[in-house]
Amino acid sequence: MKISEIASLLDAEVLCGKENLGGEVKSACGSDMMSDVLAFVKDQAVLLTGLLNPQVIRTAMMMDMQCVVFVRGKKPTPDVLALAENCKLTVLTTNERLYTACGKLYAAGLRGGDLIE
Amino acid sequence: MSELLTLKYTVHGDNFTGAGEASVSMKRELRQLGFDANVIRRAAIAMYEGEINMVIHAEGGEAEVIISEDRIEIILRDEGPGIANVELAMKDGFSTAQDNIRALGFGAGMGLPNMKRYSDDMRIETEIGKGTTVYMTILSDSPKNAL
Ligand SMILES: Nc1ncnc2c1ncn2[C@@H]1O[C@H](COP(=O)(O)OP(=O)(O)OP(=O)(O)O)[C@@H](O)[C@H]1O
Ligand SMILES: [Mg+2]
Repeated sequence: MKISEIASLLDAEVLCGKENLGGEVKSACGSDMMSDVLAFVKDQAVLLTGLLNPQVIRTAMMMDMQCVVFVRGKKPTPDVLALAENCKLTVLTTNERLYTACGKLYAAGLRGGDLIE
Repeated sequence: MSELLTLKYTVHGDNFTGAGEASVSMKRELRQLGFDANVIRRAAIAMYEGEINMVIHAEGGEAEVIISEDRIEIILRDEGPGIANVELAMKDGFSTAQDNIRALGFGAGMGLPNMKRYSDDMRIETEIGKGTTVYMTILSDSPKNAL
């Protein structure tokens, strides 16, 4: 699925990384625990989260992800966005809740991918 | 093999917002040096977990990264409370983190096991009341690159 499709399925606003909307992603994960993302996520390129701190962006960076989606209409501060811009991460914000946002993407074919054993 | 570069960082313990800056910087350097993406990812995740630990459990410390062609050595030194039982701390799910840390997205007790998983060698020296030093080695050529 293209990141642009994620944005339109979630009726999301693109906060940064517009130039990478054409990027293709194969799987996604949703979590408010960065500990779990770091420990269990394998090569999911999209992180959906309700957590709103710079560690979300840094976690995504460490894991070579391509896109972060903030749910429930949350918007990070400009300094957090600047971090994302620095590493070519696309950041979206949607009014959907985490469960619903994940469900919409899943239903449209974007699956969870592999998990670390 | 010859040493390419040594990086040194101060990790500030009073600033959760900045936690991870050293890892981000190290990752950028490794990329510039042309390391394999899987090697970079392993080093970055291991260092990030360790850096976060220094911030949330030990009020910060010093990070040193010695980069050679065949390996990346990460040394994380703090003067925090130390770890009472390392074997227990290494177990999946063991954490002394409180709710305020969980609210920030950490404290699942997964960091140390994850650092062990992604590094080829990991050693912890710790003394109660004195501090903790974590040594990790990530080899360029390792079966763990397939993780
Ligand atoms: N540098 C350190 N100084 C003192 N104690 C530490 C340090 N690093 C880890 N610990 C102790 O070991 C425990 C386990 O660490 P680990 O990184 O596995 O989990 P966590 O940090 O609690 O949660 P997570 O890493 O999942 O966010 C910690 O809860 C803490 O008690
Ligand atoms: Mg930890």
